[in-house]
Amino acid sequence: MAEMAVKKRRPKNLDLPTIRLPLPGILSIIHRISGAALFLLLPFLLWLLQSSVASPESYADARAVVGHPLAKIVLLGLIWFYMHHFCAGIRYLLLDLHKGIELEAARLSSKIVFAVSIALTLIIGAKVLW
Amino acid sequence: MVNRILVGAHYGLKDWIIQRATAVVMAVYTLLFLVVVGAIGPDSFEAWRGIFAHGFMKYATFLFLVSVFYHAWIGIRDIWMDYIKPDGLRLLLMIATATVLVGYAGWAFQILWRI
Repeated sequence: MAEMAVKKRRPKNLDLPTIRLPLPGILSIIHRISGAALFLLLPFLLWLLQSSVASPESYADARAVVGHPLAKIVLLGLIWFYMHHFCAGIRYLLLDLHKGIELEAARLSSKIVFAVSIALTLIIGAKVLW
Repeated sequence: MVNRILVGAHYGLKDWIIQRATAVVMAVYTLLFLVVVGAIGPDSFEAWRGIFAHGFMKYATFLFLVSVFYHAWIGIRDIWMDYIKPDGLRLLLMIATATVLVGYAGWAFQILWRI
């Protein structure tokens, strides 16, 4: 019953408007959202792969789809989601190995994840889409 | 009243490891793919198709895609477990997720071995 006593004495802060998600928390929720979005876009990506390798005609179709301004925006978002999931995932693997688990190091590494994933997105987007 | 303590055993350990193992496979393939595409700079159908026609890249791409599907299964299942409380709906969503992912694996195999 000691556990119950401890639970009762724990402070609670459920004043939601005053709770601000720190950067590692924002990284975490984007990791989840990007994973879910990539899952939802799998049929589109598989269709794109299939079209691009099946025949010269379907390759042209795939290129036309990728060349559409609206598709470019979706694909740029997709590349960012992939790069964020990739970089944040590497950070999590390092955290699993107990690398950078201190508060300051974890905050710094989350900043690095955002910087690197956005930079990679812009580079790849510029090369592939424009 | 059943008073089971659901900690300390191997609950979820296998999935935890597979989630990370597939992540490593995908990360290595991502770097390999970027290097290959960067080196070849495929700007035609033949050059692009040639990447996946190559035996090693074909197997590597298939391994990557299977890793994506298994990784997605664990991740999406975790999302259903976190947010979907009614057991029936949760089970339905899990079955639907597993079903489409198995289908995608078959589709991916078909795409790659038709090249």
